[in-house]
Amino acid sequence: MALLEVENLNVDLATAMGPARAVRNLNLTLEKGQSIGIVGESGCGKSMTALALMGLLPENAITTGEIRLSNENLLKKSERELCTIRGNRMAMIFQEPMTSLNPVHTVGRQIMEPLRLHRGLSKADAKKKALQLMDRVGIPNPEQRIANFPHQLSGGQRQRVMIAIALSCDPDILIADEPTTALDVTIQDQILELIQNLVAEEGMSLILISHDLGVIAENTEKVAVMYGGTVVESGATDQIFGQLSHPYTQGLFAAMPKLGMDRTKRLTTIPGTVPDLVNLPAGCTFTDRCPLASSICRENTPPIEALGSSHAVACHNLQQAIEARSAGLYE
Amino acid sequence: MSISSSQSFVSRCFKSRSFVVGGLMTGFLLLCAITSLFWTPGEIYDISIADRFLSPSLTHWFGTDQFGRDIASLLMTGTQNSITVGVVAVSIGLSVGVTLGLTASAQRGWVEELIMRLSDFSFAFPAILSAIMITAILGPGGVNSILAIGIYNIPIFARLTRGTANAIWAREYVMAARAAGKGKFRITLEHVLPNILSIIIVQVTIQFAIAILAEAALSYLGLGTQPPHPSWGRMLNEAQSLMFFQPLQAVYPGAAIALAVFGLNLLGDGLRDVLDPRLSRKR
Repeated sequence: MALLEVENLNVDLATAMGPARAVRNLNLTLEKGQSIGIVGESGCGKSMTALALMGLLPENAITTGEIRLSNENLLKKSERELCTIRGNRMAMIFQEPMTSLNPVHTVGRQIMEPLRLHRGLSKADAKKKALQLMDRVGIPNPEQRIANFPHQLSGGQRQRVMIAIALSCDPDILIADEPTTALDVTIQDQILELIQNLVAEEGMSLILISHDLGVIAENTEKVAVMYGGTVVESGATDQIFGQLSHPYTQGLFAAMPKLGMDRTKRLTTIPGTVPDLVNLPAGCTFTDRCPLASSICRENTPPIEALGSSHAVACHNLQQAIEARSAGLYE
Repeated sequence: MSISSSQSFVSRCFKSRSFVVGGLMTGFLLLCAITSLFWTPGEIYDISIADRFLSPSLTHWFGTDQFGRDIASLLMTGTQNSITVGVVAVSIGLSVGVTLGLTASAQRGWVEELIMRLSDFSFAFPAILSAIMITAILGPGGVNSILAIGIYNIPIFARLTRGTANAIWAREYVMAARAAGKGKFRITLEHVLPNILSIIIVQVTIQFAIAILAEAALSYLGLGTQPPHPSWGRMLNEAQSLMFFQPLQAVYPGAAIALAVFGLNLLGDGLRDVLDPRLSRKR
């Protein structure tokens, strides 16, 4: 039994134009201590998936399917029960460290709060633990910093505080939603390394959400590539990065700027834009942007085909896509 | 919005001119009210027709009224009345209104709709009109007029609280707090309320001024404080019939009301600058 099993997750958001299908038929399994990356461009449903796992979707969202944490279906739980899970068994780090801390409370108080809430620690014990946590996430002079307000810390240090808050109750699963997108590159590396080390030391499972393929490749064991609210390619990170298969995944790779590339050459892009989630095209949602699209793509949802032991791709023209890999689909 | 140290808070207070001037004016009113509890320059309940309409002098700073009472003493004692009305009426509006607003914002859905439509409903009636209606039902008198003004304050605070609280609920730190496993009640108390407090405090000073004005208006109409207790509004009413041969009689209570309202508004304006450093600090 896996630690976290997501089965057939669907998230619809009620909008004035009709339901927007933010997440469709999503399946994920996460073993204890495993790390999984979710990658895709803006609006592909990455963050919605994370919020659905935490039970933090906006009120206009309708969620179906099953999210099982240690075999308990989270979607059937009441808000009160979910409050005992969030921050305790599942914790989340957000994208914006600048705005994710409450400006009117000291960082120390904000680290201590989950400890007092979930662990029932006394103020003195919580403070002791908070100092340890701050030391652990690499904040210098915790004794002084504990009395600081968020605006007195830098962005990187605030993200470290967010990590300390997330780690405070030793969660089984850590969800990091673009944890380094708002930070500069040098800090980005430090923060990812910190997350990586802490996850390994604590034996936590990690769900890392990013649009940055490099970040995903370096930090996860498994990957799910999302497009238009659904997973188009998934499997072990080294297998996927070793043999890019889905035309979309190939496009994401081609779009990455490469070191030493010709400066006069334009960056490769995937033509078109992400599909309108309210009026999703029938069949494969990538059809309109896919260089290999054929008539069947417009009609039927592509089947998920296994490629090797742990690699699955949803594409009608998989064979062609694999053949076109070396030539470059988007050149 | 956060106040890093008390020292910078105090120095910000003194930099805001409207805070200092408004604070001084409000402080002066408070001083008058407190002093009048044990000392006034003259007697206010003794009527001596022989001494009526005396000109200002050392014994009667502002002269006497048509019953020979010392106007300065009446004004000072009237301050008590105005401040009581302000404190009690604003407290009613504040406690009930803020609770309703926070509830609406935390619960959303039909609870929010119900609270907001009810407050829209009460907004449909002009303030003074609804206060007159309430005092007409409950009978004229000091307590009932305070109650009426308090009830009128409830939807104002409810609407302000709900609007600003909704903005806080959309913030990322509230999402982060939810991700940490906090319930709606805790988030409301620990995250929403502290972040909207400065806005509410400013509104308190404004409503305080409006309450003083409303009490004066109700007393002027004979629905507020009843004689012989002095009230600025009733003094104004009594002076109205004498306007053509004793015009100064109307000037004193009018100036007192203006002073109180102006001072409180300045204080509120100053507090906004002091409590919210993001707004212009040059004023």
